[in-house]
Amino acid sequence: MAEFKEISPHASNGEKLLNWVDNRFPLSKMYKEHLSEYYAPKNFNFFYFFGSLAILVLVIQILTGIFLVMHYKPDATVAFASVEYIMRDVPWGWLIRYMHSTGASAFFIVVYMHMFRGLIYGSYRKPRELVWIFGCAIFLCLMAEAFMGYLLPWGQMSYWGAQVIVNLFAAVPFVGPDLALLIRGDYVVGDATLNRFFSFHVIAVPLVLLGLVVAHIIALHEVGSNNPDGVEIKATKGPDGIPLDGIPFHPYYTVHDILGVSVFLLVFTSIIFFAPEVGGYFLEYNNFIPADPLKTPLHIAPVWYFTPYYSMLRATTDVMVNVLSLIAALAAGFVVLKTALNSKGKAITVIGAAVLIVLLKTFDAKFWGVVVMGGAVVMLFFLPWLDHSPVKSIRYRPTWHKTLYALFVVFFVVLGYLGIQPPSEIGTLIAQVGTIYYFGFFLLMPWWTQLGEFKLVPDRVTFEAH
Amino acid sequence: MKKLLLILIASLSLLGATVASANEGGITWDKAPNNTTDLASLQRGAKLFVNYCLNCHSAAFMRYNRLKDIGITEQQIKDNLLFTTDKVGDTMKSNIDPKQAKAWFGANPPDLTVISRSRSSHAGSGADYIYTYLRTYYRDPTKATGWNNLAYPNVAMPNVLWELQGTRHPVYTKHEEHGAEVEVFKGWEQDTPGQLSSVEYDQAVGDLVSYLQWMSEPAQNTRVRVGVWVVLFLLCFTFVAWRLNAAYWKDIR
Repeated sequence: MAEFKEISPHASNGEKLLNWVDNRFPLSKMYKEHLSEYYAPKNFNFFYFFGSLAILVLVIQILTGIFLVMHYKPDATVAFASVEYIMRDVPWGWLIRYMHSTGASAFFIVVYMHMFRGLIYGSYRKPRELVWIFGCAIFLCLMAEAFMGYLLPWGQMSYWGAQVIVNLFAAVPFVGPDLALLIRGDYVVGDATLNRFFSFHVIAVPLVLLGLVVAHIIALHEVGSNNPDGVEIKATKGPDGIPLDGIPFHPYYTVHDILGVSVFLLVFTSIIFFAPEVGGYFLEYNNFIPADPLKTPLHIAPVWYFTPYYSMLRATTDVMVNVLSLIAALAAGFVVLKTALNSKGKAITVIGAAVLIVLLKTFDAKFWGVVVMGGAVVMLFFLPWLDHSPVKSIRYRPTWHKTLYALFVVFFVVLGYLGIQPPSEIGTLIAQVGTIYYFGFFLLMPWWTQLGEFKLVPDRVTFEAH
Repeated sequence: MKKLLLILIASLSLLGATVASANEGGITWDKAPNNTTDLASLQRGAKLFVNYCLNCHSAAFMRYNRLKDIGITEQQIKDNLLFTTDKVGDTMKSNIDPKQAKAWFGANPPDLTVISRSRSSHAGSGADYIYTYLRTYYRDPTKATGWNNLAYPNVAMPNVLWELQGTRHPVYTKHEEHGAEVEVFKGWEQDTPGQLSSVEYDQAVGDLVSYLQWMSEPAQNTRVRVGVWVVLFLLCFTFVAWRLNAAYWKDIR
């Protein structure tokens, strides 16, 4: 415990109050640790706005959510009407609702940019593994939050989207149908589903999300921020013990982030006020038709932010399962013939591949689709141990590494695009290539990230004064 | 980093070249006039809506007194637009019994409150669709109602506006395409005249569609008006934030 500090009787009332609080709660200490004496690298670029923007969007979602819940009714018979009530009869209800619906998409844009930043600058490498893992958990929570929130307006897309996704769980061997029943609370998506999704969406998941965000920031401030050069600024400290390339978060990055927030809000409010539907991507047209369990829409697609993963699910056809079996067999053959592994290791590899192939051929392709979709997200958690590159930042990697990253982004966007479209033969083929690339990109990282000519990483960050 | 961005842009533009957008079948939709800021047009549309649509369709999320937004007074609503049993704060319910409607038409007439939003697609706005749909009815004796529609083939709804429009039939031209004879829609031929001329009818439907579009989101014009001020404020604020940031960062070398 910190020592009890007496303050001079001549101090101002403000100072006395602060001293009183500081003797009972680490207010000044926390302010210093997280703001005024948290030293961040001075060379942050554009991509470093998205962390603070994610917090901003989280706050927007929570605040608008509080007001929406005051008028929304989680009841299958009146849910749709209550949303229209908010849009029409609640003063400024339309604004609150559009902020929340636009906020959902904005959250994913911001988080995808934030994750991409971490990916290219190696922000997940030692000692920031836990920062990354908390972040991945946040992403997972966000997906659950968005999925369950999307059911609440009780439109056709809400209803059938939930129906399709929950039915996926039924593909899990042995326990699938019971699992789907447990999630829905009924044999079809209905009032019970709406109520439990509402409960999860407004309290359970946000609680976990907030806890994870706090853990994410505490872990970050423990190890310090990475930067576009991937240089550890704590390695070069001045005589005062402050990193030479570090600047206090407040005021430098607070004013910096205010600028970022301002530009973000320009875009965000332009969407809210001038194009809240964003051509049917942020608010889907079909969702203005009340949910009808007897009328299946011609084309059911999840909202855009899920479509890259939805594409991977659809890409996992019987043909794809055969291709995956072949890849497993080839990989095992390669290990046996070309590596210096001992015979025990080789035997384990062959048996492992054989078991995998048997499993692949035993269970339905639909189940493997679910595994692929889930695996694509879970894969991210292991990134800190997959990347074996001698440098953190993409800046000092070989040029062909950059091409691989660019291709990764292209395939991710293409997968997202294909997930919005109705299935087609050529689309499925492209999605299959994209899926294999996505998994190959991560799973082969221990191999390819070590190859090539790396550039020399400087001792200090590169920075040009503004 | 710049190189990465360049590679990205290059590969994305390649992608754009290969992915051609597929055109959906059916007729192309005509562009509906947007009169949602023209109160007289909206009032004419509201009148048509109450007289012709509200008998079978409801607008269950729309309150009568919201019509004050388009310049109709509460007294005018009471005198001209309300059914006798309704109160001015009620929502627009239809007169038809849903069970009977199902028996008569084979389907329940959909609620029209947000129909112009739900009918939007990449082929055009929902208003475009309804504008086209209400102008492409034709006589078809093979159908139970005696009517069919080009924008919505085999539609259950008869042409309720036929007294205004009269009756018409589509004219097709036949021509060879890939060795097969195909019919291409050419235009309309009037069979019996309606109360309105063709041009007047289009204007009337334009009023009705504008009303439907307004009703689907009564706040839509307020939204844009407020938005302009919000964006103007944020532009000023961004300038201040930019200069503030520069003032602090000029010390960082």
